[in-house]
Amino acid sequence: MSKLFAKPKSMKDAATHYCPGCGHGLIHRLICEVIDEMDIREEVIAIAPVGCAVLAYDYWDFDTMEAPHGRTPAVATGVKRVLPDRLVFTYQGDGDLAAIGTAEIIHAGNRGENISVIFVNNGVYGMTGGQMAPTTLLGQRTATSQFTRRAEKEGFPLKIMEMMAILPAVVYLERTSVHSPKEIMKTKRAIRKSFDMQLNKKGFSMVEVLSPCPTYWGLDPIKSMKRIEEEVIKEYPLGVIKENR
Amino acid sequence: MTAKKTKLKIDNERCKGCMLCIHACPKGILEASAKVNKRGLKYVVVKHPDECTSCALCAIMCPDCAIEILRKK
Amino acid sequence: MTIKYLSTGNEACGEGAVRAGCRFYAGYPITPQNELTAYMSRRMEEEGGVFIQAESELAAINMVLGASAAGSRVFTSSSSPGVSLKQEGISYMAGCELPAVIANVMRGGPGLGNIDAAQGDYFQATKGGGHGDYRLLVLAPASVQEMFDFTYEAFSLADKYRNPVMILADGMIGQMMEPLEFKENIKPAGIIDKPWAMTGAKARKAQSIKSLVLGEGLLEKHNEHLQGKYALMGKKEVKTELYNTEGAEVMLVAYGLASRVARSCIDSLRKNGVKVGLVRPITLWPFPYKELSNFAKKGVKFLVVEMSAGQMLEDVRLTVQDDEKVSFLGHTGGGIPTEEEITLKIEQIRKR
Repeated sequence: MSKLFAKPKSMKDAATHYCPGCGHGLIHRLICEVIDEMDIREEVIAIAPVGCAVLAYDYWDFDTMEAPHGRTPAVATGVKRVLPDRLVFTYQGDGDLAAIGTAEIIHAGNRGENISVIFVNNGVYGMTGGQMAPTTLLGQRTATSQFTRRAEKEGFPLKIMEMMAILPAVVYLERTSVHSPKEIMKTKRAIRKSFDMQLNKKGFSMVEVLSPCPTYWGLDPIKSMKRIEEEVIKEYPLGVIKENR
Repeated sequence: MTAKKTKLKIDNERCKGCMLCIHACPKGILEASAKVNKRGLKYVVVKHPDECTSCALCAIMCPDCAIEILRKK
Repeated sequence: MTIKYLSTGNEACGEGAVRAGCRFYAGYPITPQNELTAYMSRRMEEEGGVFIQAESELAAINMVLGASAAGSRVFTSSSSPGVSLKQEGISYMAGCELPAVIANVMRGGPGLGNIDAAQGDYFQATKGGGHGDYRLLVLAPASVQEMFDFTYEAFSLADKYRNPVMILADGMIGQMMEPLEFKENIKPAGIIDKPWAMTGAKARKAQSIKSLVLGEGLLEKHNEHLQGKYALMGKKEVKTELYNTEGAEVMLVAYGLASRVARSCIDSLRKNGVKVGLVRPITLWPFPYKELSNFAKKGVKFLVVEMSAGQMLEDVRLTVQDDEKVSFLGHTGGGIPTEEEITLKIEQIRKR
């Protein structure tokens, strides 16, 4: 029997440690599908974050390396400058990219490093037990916003993509989601676009993917997807934020 | 592509029982099994395999690559 | 054909890196090593390499981490407060077994301190300053020529052991000017294949570079492997200069700038028949325990001279195991011991 739909070749045949309904498994698969379709597995060097996806090298069958927390874009800069013809992408969570790594992502973007950044935004720190993230919504209860997030004390959800849009060297920014098959396919197209732009030496591009964290949102997987659709998108609207043609 | 030409295969051990596929299926042909796998999770089974239209929405929605759609020869 | 010109220590260090085949530098401005960063901004471009003025010393060490993972010979430099920022990256590189050369042109501390020459980062370089059980090979130049020579050699050592190597200099050695000489046709040395590098999984299995090692007993095994490397370094890479140690009753122990003052002092004293010598560690790690121990067995008295509150002093005391025999003369905050001070101290020691 031939397969109409199966695990992509670039994805290792390993059961992931991600929680049931976690978005990481989906986004990992989409990246691998794109890499298979582009036939670039041998050119890829991925930089994994610190966060739930720290073990990404156990799931991706291409060169993958670790970076200290938040430094991922700086590490990617080093790799890409030494090997400019490889496909270098970072995969970062909201802590890695929007908290500890804010300087690194902005400056990699400002320098126009020819890399692709996949930003997984699930509004919470999963790996360490559900603490508040810069992207946590107002009114959301987490391990470190036990009285919910309040603007006066904890500030507002951070919009890194919108901030990066003003940088002239950033060429493509799109925010997508994984809450439905339609949105999942849009995410895949956005990842493909970012990778194509990199191979065509267009410059710095980033795809922010709204993703669920059922465990620390305290919702079952189906309700978590619903939360993205009904609440998260209000704060983080989907669509192309910037595209230089 | 009708169900006679394709087969929906769900890996019981890979499935984590998130049920997103059940929710995504437009024909409602998937359901949670009464049994649990080695991880203690209620995996998903195909209740009405003949009614599958191979739309693949379940496989697209699955975070664990647990669903395969095979073309019968 | 030999090239000879007047150079600052900082620029000599940079040229040593270039001649060793370094083609990736990331750094951030900080006094007293700015000449090095500026020099690399020109030389990397001239040699078709990569120069990045990073957004911070923290970003710089991580760019170096990435470039090293991709297989390049890589270099970053800073001064004391900036080197504090790099400690995380250094620990990661040691854990990931990534080669690199890091130059610290020391200034007065702690904190922002001042911009004068100091030796206050000995502990940071040899006993840490990042987390975990790792070691750096630390070379301490005492002249502009050695800034070139040691930096040139550092890249071979880094590749050989797959470990970061540190050049520990100070603000005066960095900024002073002395003649620098090297062969015109000098080529990079110790170039080896790096099959572990992140180059894309072409004609081989996918691989990863990481320091996270989960699983029962696995991290201990990894650490045993790292310790094995450090033991080998300890056996093979200790470098010391013994200056006028023949028959010495008092032995000065000093490195870098302090060793130059010690040397002048010894020259004067020996003329007057005073039997004094210098043990100058060239590698601060691995430390010359054996050489010092041999002298200690002969009943020699030691005077440790440092531009710090006494950091290398602790290693000397550990080796000699007799505090009656170990004295100290030091200055912090950019102060430099003088010949007169050292001479006076030697007299006091001899009188005991």
